[in-house]
Parts: sequence; C-alpha cells; structure tokens
Amino acid sequence: MVEVEALTKRYGTLEVLKGVSARFEPGRVTAVVGPNASGKTTLMKCILGLVVPDGGAVRVHGENALGNPAVRAKIGYMPQDPRFPENITGREVVAWIQELRGSRGRDLESLIERFGLEAALSQPTRVLSGGTRQKLSALLAFLFDPPVLILDEPTAGLDPLASSRFKDLVAASRDAGKTIIMTSHVMSELEELADRVLFLLEGTVIFSGGLEELRERTGEAKLERAVARLMEGA
Amino acid sequence: MRGTTYKIFKYTLSDLLRSRWILGYALLFAAVAGGILYLGDQPTQAVVSVLNLVILVVPLVSLVLGLMYHYANRDFALLVLTQPVHRASVFRGQFFGLSLALVLAYLVGAGVPFALYAIANPVDWAQVGLVLLAGTLVSLVFTALALYIGVAQDERVRALGLAIGIWFALTMIYDSLLLLLIVLAEAYPIDPWVIGLSMVNPVDLARVMVLLKLDTAALMGYTGAVFNKFLGSNLGLLLAFLALVVWVAVPAWRAQRVFARRDF
Repeated sequence: MVEVEALTKRYGTLEVLKGVSARFEPGRVTAVVGPNASGKTTLMKCILGLVVPDGGAVRVHGENALGNPAVRAKIGYMPQDPRFPENITGREVVAWIQELRGSRGRDLESLIERFGLEAALSQPTRVLSGGTRQKLSALLAFLFDPPVLILDEPTAGLDPLASSRFKDLVAASRDAGKTIIMTSHVMSELEELADRVLFLLEGTVIFSGGLEELRERTGEAKLERAVARLMEGA
Repeated sequence: MRGTTYKIFKYTLSDLLRSRWILGYALLFAAVAGGILYLGDQPTQAVVSVLNLVILVVPLVSLVLGLMYHYANRDFALLVLTQPVHRASVFRGQFFGLSLALVLAYLVGAGVPFALYAIANPVDWAQVGLVLLAGTLVSLVFTALALYIGVAQDERVRALGLAIGIWFALTMIYDSLLLLLIVLAEAYPIDPWVIGLSMVNPVDLARVMVLLKLDTAALMGYTGAVFNKFLGSNLGLLLAFLALVVWVAVPAWRAQRVFARRDF
C-alpha cells in the first residue's frame, strides 16, 4: 500500500504536481496515465525519494517515506531509461546492489533465465542494448521480492518475448498481493494488466478509479479511447 | 544501512585506482621529484619543485578529475539512491573515495622518489613531510570544492568553467591583487591584514605552510614573510594547517547538504 497526500512540487516557475493525492492498493496494478509532462515520473520519483516534494506526504505501508530511506527496501523500481556504471559487468552490478542491500534476494537464477540474461551479464554494461539494460533493470527490481513495484515505462525497448514474460511476472506479482504502480504509453498493455487508473493532467488528478468506472464515465470500451476522451476534457 | 559509506567508498576508490588518469597523475609527481633529486642532487630544490606542483597542478587536477568523476557517475548515484541508503552516506562515500584516490596518487608519486633517495643521501624529513601534508590538504580542499560545484550545477560545461575560473582566481589573480594592495597601502601598517587575507586563499596557505620551514625567505613571498614575522614559524604553521582544515570541512559540508536536498 502506497499513499500520497496533497503532493506539490515545482521546478522554478513550473508547477509539476499541484496537490496530488492517491492510494495505491496492494494486489492491484495502478496505471498512471496522462500526456507527456503531466507529472507521472515526478510522482513516482517522489514516492522513491529521488525528488523531494515541496509539500504533502508519502506513506509506504503506513510508514512515512519522506526523508526515510529505509522504506526503499520495500520498493523495486524500474526507471524509464536505466543506466548502469559503464565499466563493470551486469553480474557485478547485481553483486553490488546485493551488497548494498545486505541481501542476496531470491530466485536470481530463475530471473536470469526468464529474461535470457545469461550471456549479457558477463559483459560490461556499456555494450548492452537499451532492451537488455531494461531486462537487467527488471531483474534488479524483482530480485529482492519487494512488496511495492514502481515501473516507469517498463516494456519500452523489450522484444515481444521478453515483454510477454515480463507481463506474466507483473501479473503474478499482483496476484501475490504486491502494490504495483506502472506507466506506459502502450494503452493495450495497461489494459491487459491494470486494475485501476490514475489520470494526471498538468500535475492534477483528473480521474482515479477502476477500469470499469472509467469506461462508464467516458462511454468508451477501449482504454486508449477512454483516455483520449479524458484528455479532451470528458 | 550501517556501512553504506564504506561500501560506496570502497567502490569509488577501487574504480578510480584503475583509472589511467590517476596513474598519470602519480607519475607526474614521480617524474618531477625524482628528476630533480637525481639530476640536481638537492633535496630542498626538489621540495620546492613539488611545492610548485602542489600550488598549481594539484588544485587543477583535483577540480577537473573531481568534476569528471562526479558527472560520469551520475547514473551510478541514481541507481544507488533508489536503494535503501542515506544520501549523506552516499555523498561521504564518494567524497572519501575520490579524495583518497587523489591523495594516494600524490603521496606515492611524490613520496617514493624521496624515500628512495633517502637510502643513500641525507634528507630533511620535516621539509618533505610538510610538503606531503600540504599537498594532501590541498587535494582535499579542491576535491570538496569540485563536489560542491558538481552537486549544485547540473551542466558540466558550466561547472568546468566555474572550476577553472576558481582555480585561476586562487592561483594567479589573488596574489597579484594582494601585491597591488600592499604596494598601494605602502604607507599604512597593513601587515596583520595580509595574514587574514592569505588565510582566505587555500593555495597561499599551503605555500606558507611549507616555506615557513624552508628558511628561504626569498621564496616565501610577502605573505610568507609576514606570517613568519608575526606568528613565528610554529604558530604560523599551526594556523595555516587549521585554516586548511576549515577549507576542507566547509565546502564538503555544504556539498553534502545540497546533495541531501536536491532532486534526481
């Protein structure tokens, strides 16, 4: 369970979050949607503590998350464009994060197999393609079995096989009761996985609710059309 | 979370010790100190030559390498900061790792030639020790400044420009201005002020610290002479040392605060 309350953030004169409140429930995939620069990534980074909000509160499993790095042990994160220290291999990255977390995680080998990373892990990360870096990022996000997953455009750059395996993993994690917060520009993908939708527009929550509710409100069966309707101001 | 600083420190240090830049930096000192010791056979001359490098090259290399490392490792910092670690620990680990890499390169590069020379020749270890200490402190001061500039400035080109400007101001312009002031105020008793003013410049402090023990007043420059006259060499030395420690602590502390509050 992740809750954000009246979150505000401005960069100079640009107000990126204007009092965003939301609840992300366990056992649910919540899709955070909205046009570019609507505040999706900033919202996720506030939950992670990468961005320090100007006001408001963030709670992870009831625990205050602002200025409290310990809660990040409960969060797995895939950034939009994952990058790793260039001169070390994928395996060294994994070992390094294990050392930093003080935990070996679980099912490392099965995650490596799931994403077909055996060969890539022995190469320096600078030679890895965008898709392979994404797979390594997925491995790190899931390795420590965190109850909360924050996935920012997780399938961008993944091939169809990796993408479908990844979605299976997300679905299994949801069924295991994890709280999953996800963005994607691919609406069909969100339609497949999401239970709830949080729609942001210029830093404000325009809609928050179940997929069915969204369909009823907009009169559109397809998520893509429903979201387009919201963007038009339905 | 205990031990995060150490883990980051270890990673940063081992990463840097493999870098060619650090090796080249150590070799530069070895070449200058070794060359002058073996060609000139005058240890005090070698100490003064190393001091010249400490005054000019150490600040520049610490600033530039510090900034380069900072920007090259933003991805690393981002990855680390999504883990359950305190930002302050991450900053300290990087600062200690970076400083120690630079200090080790300096100490090994400048120190080994003196140690080898000392096997067969007399060496004044107080002089050598002081120049090694001064170089260590200058490395720390400018590493702290580099990280302060780096965490406060997102654009690396502007940061490098700022760093080179600071280097130029402290190593070149500051002394000229001080000299100008002294000439203009010739008729007034401004010597105590000169002490205060040279405390403001870490490069001057390092110079004064070493030259106070060399008894070569001609090399000391005006500020060194004033330090000697008013404070005597031991008190002057202690004062210069303490001022340099403040010069390390303040930028490092400021940089850590900015790092703890900034957005990534």
